[in-house]
Amino acid sequence: MAKERKVTLPISADLLEKLANFQEIELQDVIIDLEEIELSVSSSGGGGMNPVIMNRMAAEFALIRDSASRMSQVFGGGMPAMAPMAMPAQYAVAPVAPMAPIKAKPTSLIPAKTTIPPGDYVGEIVEVRLGATKSEGGTRSVSYTLGGQTAPAFYNFQAPPKNKPIIALDVFDWAKVPLSKAVKMHFREYLQDTGEWARVCVEKYGAEMINLHLLTIDPLIDDASPKSAVKIVEDVLQAVDVPISIGGCGDPQKDLAVFTAISEQIEGERLLINSVTLDMDIEKSAKLINDHDNVVVAFTSMDVNKARELNRKLYDHVDKSQIVMDTTTAALGYGLDYAFTVMERCRLAALKGDPELNHPMSSGTTNAWAAREAWMKMGPEFAPRELRGPIWETITGQTLLLTGVDYFMMMHPAAVNALKQTIDNLMKGKNPTETTNWVTVTVGGN
Amino acid sequence: MPAKELSPIQIYKLLPGTNCVECGETNCMAFAAKLVNREALLDECTPLLATEYTEAFAELWGLLKPAVKAVEVGTGENALTLGGEYVLYRHDFTYFNEPAIAIDVSDDMEDEEFETRVHVLNDFTYNYIGMDLTLDMLSIRSTSGDPVKFAEAVKKANDLTRKPLMLCSHDPKVMEKGLELVADKRPLIHGATKDNWSEMAELALKYGCPIVAYSPGDLDTLKSIALTLEEYGLEDIVLDPGTQPIEHMSTNLDIFTTLRWDSINEEEEGLGYPLLGAPMVAWGVAEEDPVLNEWNEAQLAGALITRFTDMIVVHGISGWSILPQIFLRSNLYTDPRKPVAVEAEVITIGSPTEDSPVLMTTNFALTYYTVANDIENAKVDSYLLVVDSEGMSVESAVAGRKMTADTVAEAIKEFKLEEKVKHRNIIIPGRSARLSGEIQEASGWSVSVGPLDSSGIAKYVEEKWNPYPE
Repeated sequence: MAKERKVTLPISADLLEKLANFQEIELQDVIIDLEEIELSVSSSGGGGMNPVIMNRMAAEFALIRDSASRMSQVFGGGMPAMAPMAMPAQYAVAPVAPMAPIKAKPTSLIPAKTTIPPGDYVGEIVEVRLGATKSEGGTRSVSYTLGGQTAPAFYNFQAPPKNKPIIALDVFDWAKVPLSKAVKMHFREYLQDTGEWARVCVEKYGAEMINLHLLTIDPLIDDASPKSAVKIVEDVLQAVDVPISIGGCGDPQKDLAVFTAISEQIEGERLLINSVTLDMDIEKSAKLINDHDNVVVAFTSMDVNKARELNRKLYDHVDKSQIVMDTTTAALGYGLDYAFTVMERCRLAALKGDPELNHPMSSGTTNAWAAREAWMKMGPEFAPRELRGPIWETITGQTLLLTGVDYFMMMHPAAVNALKQTIDNLMKGKNPTETTNWVTVTVGGN
Repeated sequence: MPAKELSPIQIYKLLPGTNCVECGETNCMAFAAKLVNREALLDECTPLLATEYTEAFAELWGLLKPAVKAVEVGTGENALTLGGEYVLYRHDFTYFNEPAIAIDVSDDMEDEEFETRVHVLNDFTYNYIGMDLTLDMLSIRSTSGDPVKFAEAVKKANDLTRKPLMLCSHDPKVMEKGLELVADKRPLIHGATKDNWSEMAELALKYGCPIVAYSPGDLDTLKSIALTLEEYGLEDIVLDPGTQPIEHMSTNLDIFTTLRWDSINEEEEGLGYPLLGAPMVAWGVAEEDPVLNEWNEAQLAGALITRFTDMIVVHGISGWSILPQIFLRSNLYTDPRKPVAVEAEVITIGSPTEDSPVLMTTNFALTYYTVANDIENAKVDSYLLVVDSEGMSVESAVAGRKMTADTVAEAIKEFKLEEKVKHRNIIIPGRSARLSGEIQEASGWSVSVGPLDSSGIAKYVEEKWNPYPE
């Protein structure tokens, strides 16, 4: 019986590194007489082994094996097929193909065409009109339509959005509302005068809508009466000519009482009522919206099924074109991933035909300021926070813009400006006439 | 095959089926389930490496390999994996490898600026819920076109950092001068264009380094270059379709979305590689104030991180612009399959006594880690009551009635706070102030309303904590 012999080729790490500089290794004047070889190439020792070389070595040894195998047929005895060499590497890295064929090098570029991804969505987002001009029965100088998308957000190569997303600025009727310094500095003079605050947002900071929050009605703040809330809304409608949204204080009973008073006193403006939640009297709230031809924000907390449930309940009483959905916005770094994914899931499901999620989406982007990194004093390497805050709000908003948000509630003028600009750029969807080469770009422009 | 459609049974059928437990699982089916979730490595199944399973191994790899190839750059502990992704949308599965952020330097930069940039790359770190967020790579551009200057810059970079390098020149002569100095560090070569592909491919082969296919604004040519590099025998390829200034955000989204869609949904040849974006293109636009360049760059970076890039190159090194970028990628690359909530319980921080403060928070993971970190760092000996809010933050939980006076009162009872402290006084988060009266009523404890943000807890406790108020 033949004795099994094992020969280890003494290839040092040093030599392996040197070998790594070559594409091909040719063995000359070498006689290999063997029955079985085990080839183990360590990837330790610095550079790691070039997979190309490993492939080539595998191919060379395959030739040796074949000839050895032929010899063995002549002389009797066996030669096992070679096992694939397993590379100790991260999972996602491919094991080296056992015998990559050595191909002739290409001499010209292989022609190719890239597929334009087809947009075969069956769903469409319902269109929702906010505000009413004189001809529409209101007093606003402009009204907006949200929704109408037939493709994911800004998949412009499939279908650009039919209507552009709208940015509203938050205005509060309570001077003591806790605001970050970076935000407050822009509104300090107007905190006492809600109408003036709204006017500045539109005239100075380019707000397309005003998102009024009635905090003084909160039983825990001033417990102001529905009548006084109506007065504030009237003031704001006087001060600005853009559509407005009316936000409550979060107390389900009080909010409904106030929304009722406002709906009954102020007709024809197609207000955005922010919001109706699952724990409110949905039937009453929804009928109120329907009877006065307003629009409702259906607010749920980061849960696709809850969003469906609330919409379904609303459908009994209002037309689909009167519902905007808000699945909750969390700040960058503090839950944005959940907010992002819930919105992305809602929008994609709607486009795939889910009939309970195909509404324009709203985002309380001001929540970005809940992230401490947006306002906190930090080391000099993170200064100035006057930039850190607004970029935080901008990136939070932009990330959600890319899930398909149609209505943004924001605060910082710089963030509003930046996101508006971005929306305009995206809506234009124009390709550059000349492509920029970043590798040779001169910092600071030409 | 799209990752989400793979079932453990399909995998199980190809495994040896001997339940040998060498992989650490109790049986092959359990191992198959782990493989499907990409929580185990195929070669942990040692019997699979035997000859008789060669075909099965290849078939399994075919099923399990990512749609976007994983490309390794750099060596040693700073090596990075680019790509290795399976899905277009994170909710379909999860994303795996965070996009690498490379900092830009060039060979005609003043020494001081060059060094500052490399130091920022090396030293930038920010602790975020127990993770250290850092920067990853150095991108060295030959803007001089001079091989000697490029070699000097590469040498200098190599002396200053151990993080992976990307060498950028489209002149093969310039490239080789730099490449030969650091080839053993497995730098990324940028790159092969429609004009230089042959010479660049030779360099990548000769030095065994990964290579970028670059074709700004022309995806067909990009694919041509990638296919041609494959034909050359190159396997580690990165695709750079060019990045356009912020004004052309739409073009950028179109391009990156198309490429990733084609690789995932169409399994299109030549496109299943990591994508490189260059937000630094924002610096090529003349602005009144460089702050605007950096701002636009951060926005571009945010959009490209959201839309599928596996690596980005940035020029701005200010903390205010870097921070939102690394937060965003960290957020989007967390595993959405993992629960949002931590367990409801009482945590002991430091060595509290029976007179120490009792603080309260929710079981939303981010809230919990932030609050617990703050209290620990401020060294406030205390008990932290983690109330089950169904994984929602304080503000949402209060608004959504997930945290009510009753749930708080129950938690106080369930976790036996009355046995831990002598006083009956709990500090609740500022954002749950509206519950204070009700909690007092439901639990019988007196309630103090703490700060709005947990960074204020230390100061609050120091100034206001009194276990036995009158």
